[in-house]
Amino acid sequence: MKTWLLIAVLAVGTVLMKTIGPVLAGGRQPPAPLTRIIALVAPAVISALIVTGTFTKGQQLIIDARAAGVGVAAVALWFRVPAVLAMLIAAIVCALLRLAA
Amino acid sequence: MWWTPRAWPEGLRASMPLALPIAAVGMSFGLLAGPLLGAIPSILMSAVVWSGTAQFAALSILTSGGGTALAAGAGLLANTRFLPMGFALAPSMKGRPLRRLLTGALLADASFVIGHRGGGRFDISAVAWAAPVQYVTWVGGTVVGVAGATAIGDPSRWGLDVLFPVFYLSLLLPDLFPEHIQAGGRRARRQADRASSGRGPASSRNLRPIIVAVLAAAITLALTPIAPPGVPVLVAAAAALIGLRPPRQSMTQAGVGDDA
Repeated sequence: MKTWLLIAVLAVGTVLMKTIGPVLAGGRQPPAPLTRIIALVAPAVISALIVTGTFTKGQQLIIDARAAGVGVAAVALWFRVPAVLAMLIAAIVCALLRLAA
Repeated sequence: MWWTPRAWPEGLRASMPLALPIAAVGMSFGLLAGPLLGAIPSILMSAVVWSGTAQFAALSILTSGGGTALAAGAGLLANTRFLPMGFALAPSMKGRPLRRLLTGALLADASFVIGHRGGGRFDISAVAWAAPVQYVTWVGGTVVGVAGATAIGDPSRWGLDVLFPVFYLSLLLPDLFPEHIQAGGRRARRQADRASSGRGPASSRNLRPIIVAVLAAAITLALTPIAPPGVPVLVAAAAALIGLRPPRQSMTQAGVGDDA
């Protein structure tokens, strides 16, 4: 019973948080300062997601094989290697380091 | 031809590289949640919550002996990051509230990244079309994990989780350095055009996205050890508040535009 309740609360709450913005503020051009902030939300969130996926495990900060994989991929991307290839390189670097460990 | 990727909607095509890593993480979830919640609830959870961060947050509370309320709180807190994302998407959306509600419900981390077109604009159709691959592989991965991935072992060993930050990075770099990474496809080129429409890249160079990205990374690193999962990303979104100050660049750009 408790499990079903947990699932229901998480499902409804998640949809609420995804949809409040689109429903309340959708389709309208907000005032200039807000527009400038919105323009910067994406770089902020994406950067935070990258850091989370590279250096964290739960609540721990770790430098492990992922950091090496992302680092090599970042260099590849900088030299205009296509994204899918960069992902492949990162996975290989990561797997090799984990094998060696 | 419909079977050639070129003819597919952009969001669908862009989300394809995520199929494997999402399925792997979904398997991890099924593997961990199955024994604790039961097979059907675990699969149902992936099907209706559809958020790895929230599901793992709730699961880790339950695993460490926490109650249902605490688990629900952790899961919801992890997903508060969708609030700023939803408000960022909103101005790019068209249609009636019901339509916007349904589109908003399709939002996921990767969709937000895929649909982002720079300068606060989003391709809403790309955001929506990025959902199917992520949904099917997430739920499918959970089913496989629950059904006993014991034969394959824990997929987190494979290191596929490294694919997420690389994928996000490939979509962020053209935003931060539009004049450098021009080979990155249509979007990068369009932005490069915009960046060079002023008087050369140096004068019209917008450093703010870079500053914000660095600030957000620092906030995330600082908060990860002390805040529950998902929350650092929410607080990092506040780095965008430096946009409150009107940029000096925009004034010089306006001046250049008047000259032309």
